[in-house]
Amino acid sequence: MSTRLEKEPGQATAAEAGPPLLELRDLHVYYGAIEALKGVSLSVGQGEVVALLGANGAGKSTTLKAASGMIGPRSGQVLLHGERVDGIASHELVQFGIGHVPEGRRVFARMTVLENLKIGAYRLRRPDPADLDRVFTLFPRLADRRKQVSGTLSGGEQQMLAIGRALMGKPELLLLDEPSMGLAPLIVQQIFEILREINSQGTTLLLVEQNASQALQLAHRGYVLETGSVVMSDAADTLLSDPRVRAAYLGEAIE
Amino acid sequence: MSLSDIWDVLVLGVVLGSLYAVIAIGYTLVYGVLQLLNFAHSEVFMAGGFGGVIALTIFEPTADPSGIQSVVYILLGITAGAALGGFVAFGLEKAAYLPLRRRNAPRLVFLITAIGASFFLYNLAGKLFGRYPIPMPSMYENRRLFTVFGAPVSVTQFLIVVVGVLMLVTVDFVVNRTKLGSGIRAVAQDPEVASLMGVNIDRVVSRTFVLGGLMGGAAGFLFGTNLQVDYTMGFLPGITAFSAAVLGGIGNVRGAMLGGLTLGIVESFTVEIWGDAWRYVGGFAALVLVLMLRPTGILGERVGRAA
Repeated sequence: MSTRLEKEPGQATAAEAGPPLLELRDLHVYYGAIEALKGVSLSVGQGEVVALLGANGAGKSTTLKAASGMIGPRSGQVLLHGERVDGIASHELVQFGIGHVPEGRRVFARMTVLENLKIGAYRLRRPDPADLDRVFTLFPRLADRRKQVSGTLSGGEQQMLAIGRALMGKPELLLLDEPSMGLAPLIVQQIFEILREINSQGTTLLLVEQNASQALQLAHRGYVLETGSVVMSDAADTLLSDPRVRAAYLGEAIE
Repeated sequence: MSLSDIWDVLVLGVVLGSLYAVIAIGYTLVYGVLQLLNFAHSEVFMAGGFGGVIALTIFEPTADPSGIQSVVYILLGITAGAALGGFVAFGLEKAAYLPLRRRNAPRLVFLITAIGASFFLYNLAGKLFGRYPIPMPSMYENRRLFTVFGAPVSVTQFLIVVVGVLMLVTVDFVVNRTKLGSGIRAVAQDPEVASLMGVNIDRVVSRTFVLGGLMGGAAGFLFGTNLQVDYTMGFLPGITAFSAAVLGGIGNVRGAMLGGLTLGIVESFTVEIWGDAWRYVGGFAALVLVLMLRPTGILGERVGRAA
């Protein structure tokens, strides 16, 4: 596959050298009495793209929310560079270099594109004008619409804005919750190309996706979640050719 | 009613309206970040009135102040009023609302707490300062300062409009152009995502209360300069300003200004035409009418939750 060749060799294994950038250890998360995560463990190495696959309700979004401090686990640990960060509120956790692009984009609909991007840099004492240029280079359409109120953007543009907004905070690790949701295939293609570009510039990605084929083509490694537990984890190629994955997430019939 | 009468009444309405506008900002800002109708804001206003009186009583204005002395007294009163208003608003949020937010209390509990806090605060003031009105120490001779196309404007009226407009311009700047303002707007639209951007919601909420409190407190002092302060002085201006915020579109800062001005002018004309007994009828009738035609207020509710 041609897309595989664009990845730098050895990136996927770089994780084993030091402590991984992000590590989740045996996370149990509850919504009231319902156990959403039943002991999820995973790791994301520096520079990697890791895909998190699974059906609706498998716990993909919950895993991301636990990683960015939006919800606290009842037990288990969240580690960044080997240091425990679970229990730290999300507004403080962003200072550790985590950017979270939430499900459904959730741009500030009544603010302009530029205002949204500026809020993305809220955590920085002195925002760097170069960051704005970088976002506008990645997403030229946002530059054209910088004065436009975000609620009037198309779905794809809103997704670009949500990613751009998170980039403004200079994240080391970008958590992406279903960036392809509800978008036309062509736009999805574009967004995944840009994600590849962002990764090649040095940002680590943890990607939640229903669109398994797109996600696995971009990712180095993947995890498959089912009802709150990790049921498979492997290199992206292996998952992509696994008959169970193909049957469950790529819409192929089992022979 | 002659044309010059109409003009006179309009000038009076603008004076009253700018006061309502300043108070309404406090309601609308807090509603913006917490979707809370902070009925205790009228007591923040009252506290500002007492703050001014206390500071001036300690300072003991001379009986016949010079121009410069008058200006010093006025600045002192505004500062003290704003400071006490800001302090009460700060304490109110920490003592009454923060514990409820920590527990994720339902909206109704907040509302009842707001009303309870209002009763508590004005009765506390009655206990501390007595139940009789306290005259504002005289800071200047409230003579006619000038006329605007024939309508007389007194020193007090001039003061209210000038300070009121300055505060409105300042708050508009803070909300639209500063980092605190972008935090306030982000929290108003989507608190969860705001915190993902590094916005400390608790801090933004607290500062929003203080911002509204500074304005409400200064307004309380300005209101008191007219005559006197007493522990129930917050009730009617408070509820009128709250209506002004709703009229303009609650959560919307410029809407609160517009609503305040509108209600001030309507009230002023109501009194002129039907007499003082009808004072509040006109304004509230206007509120009902506007909300029937446009339920989100004149400029529209601005507290958009991300869809």
